[in-house]
Amino acid sequence: MNIPENLRYTKEHEWVKLEGNIATIGITDFAQRELGDIVFVEVESIGKTLSAGATFGTVEAVKTVSDLYLPVNGTVTELNALLSTVPESVNNDPYGAGWMIKMTVENPDDVAGLLDAAAYSNLVG
Amino acid sequence: MKQTAFTNKHIALGAKMAEFAGYNMPISYSGINDEHAAVRKNAGIFDVSHMGEFILKGEFALDLIQLVTSNDAAKLSDGQAQYSCLPNNEGGIVDDLLVYCIEKNKVYMLVVNASNIEKDWNWIQQHNTKNVEMHNISDKTCLLAIQGPNATKMLQSLTEIDILNLKYYTFAKGKFAGVENVLISATGYTGAGGVEIYFEDKEGDAEKIWNAIFEVGTSQGLKPIGLAARDTLRLEMGFCLYGNDIDATASPLEAGLGWITKFTKEFTAKEILQKQKQEGVKRKLIAFEMIEKGIPRHGYEIKNEAGEKIGYVTSGTQSPTLQKAIGMGYVNSANAQLNATIFIAVRDKTVQAKLVKIPFQ
Repeated sequence: MNIPENLRYTKEHEWVKLEGNIATIGITDFAQRELGDIVFVEVESIGKTLSAGATFGTVEAVKTVSDLYLPVNGTVTELNALLSTVPESVNNDPYGAGWMIKMTVENPDDVAGLLDAAAYSNLVG
Repeated sequence: MKQTAFTNKHIALGAKMAEFAGYNMPISYSGINDEHAAVRKNAGIFDVSHMGEFILKGEFALDLIQLVTSNDAAKLSDGQAQYSCLPNNEGGIVDDLLVYCIEKNKVYMLVVNASNIEKDWNWIQQHNTKNVEMHNISDKTCLLAIQGPNATKMLQSLTEIDILNLKYYTFAKGKFAGVENVLISATGYTGAGGVEIYFEDKEGDAEKIWNAIFEVGTSQGLKPIGLAARDTLRLEMGFCLYGNDIDATASPLEAGLGWITKFTKEFTAKEILQKQKQEGVKRKLIAFEMIEKGIPRHGYEIKNEAGEKIGYVTSGTQSPTLQKAIGMGYVNSANAQLNATIFIAVRDKTVQAKLVKIPFQ
C-alpha cells in the first residue's frame, strides 16, 4: 500500500499536503481500495469556513457512499475540476491527479498535529 | 468464518475478501467495473459455493415442493430447473430458490440463498408431514458460475456434455474436467449467459476443476469475479436479491413475481395471494433510473413531487454497463406508472428519477 512520507493523514483516511497556509486534501490509497470504483465526488462546501471533522463532501463508489471530512479548521477554496470528468483519477492516482479539494488552513500548526505516515501505516496495518 | 473449497485460491489471486453469510468470500479482484465488463463482454467465474443445496427424495418429494413453493414444479421434467419462491404464512417470502428436477417424482434439488439455509431447511421440514427424505448437502457442494457470452465456448472442451446448446434453465449431469457426476446448469444471476456447475468437494476435485477452467480460460480472457460485481450484474437485469428487494414482508405479487406464482395448485398462503391478485397489490416493486445526479442506495426514501413519501429504495448502484445510476424500490401502486417521475432522497437532497422497464437499458 502506498503511504507517502511527505503527507499527513487522518483516521478517516484523508491525506493532507500543506504549502504555506494552503492545504490539498485527498483520500488515501487504502480508502480508494476500500471504496472500489469511484463514480463521482460531490463537494458543495466551496467558499465555506468549516471546523475540523465537518463533512466537506461525499464520494460515491459503485457499491457504496462515504462522507469526506475536513482534517483541520479552514475555508474550502477549490474542487479538483478533473474529477467531474475523470472520477477514476481517485482510484488511479489518489495522491496526485485524484486530489479532491484545496483549502486555506486557519492554523498551519494543526496539520502538524495529524498522523504522520508511520502512524497512519499502523492504523491501516 | 467458514471457507469454501476455493477460499485460498481467491486469496492467492489477491481478492478483497469479506464475510458474507458466514463465509469468507471474494468481494472483488481487479475492480467492479472491470469484472462487470468481463462478464458482459466475455466471461467470468464466480465462486458461489456458499449457496445452499437440499436434496428431496421419494414418492412425496414433489408434493412437498408443491406445498412450500409458489411455482408449479409438477411441470418440470428430468433435466429442467425452475425459479420459484417459498411463501410464508402471511404471503411474504421466506426465500427465493431454484428447483432442479433430477428424476421426476423422485429426486429434486433445491438451491437456496446462503444466508437462509437454516431458515429454509426448518421451514420445509415443518411442512414435511409425509416424511420426505431430505439431505442438506450445502457444506460439501461446490458451486461455480461461469457467466458471459463466451463462457460455454471456453468450457466446451472440458466436457462431453453439449453445453453450447444447453437450453436456458435446463441441466445435465456428466464428466467435467475429468471429474464424474458434475451437474452443469444453464442458469445464472447475471443475464449474460453461461452455466453454473455443481459438484461434490472430494479428493481434490474442486482444485482440479478450478485449475482446468483457468487453464482453458485465462488465455481467452476469463476473469475471476467477486460478489460486488455479481450484485451490479444482477441489478442491471432487475433480478431480485433476497434481503433487499424481497423479504418476509414482501409478497411475490408485489415483487413482480406473479409469473412464478401459480394458483393452479395448493401452496402456503395461496388464499392470501389470490386475494391480493384479485384486489390488486398496495405497493409494487419498480425499477427507476436517475435523471439528476445521485446514486440510489438501499433504504433511501422515494417521494412524489409534493415531497410526500411514497416508498423506499431496495437496491441501487451506478450501472457499469449503462453508465447511469439505477435502482429498484417499492412504491404505492398508484405511483407505479412507467415513465412516471419520482424523487429519491439522497442524504439531504431530493434527486429526480423516472420509472423504467427491466432489464435496464
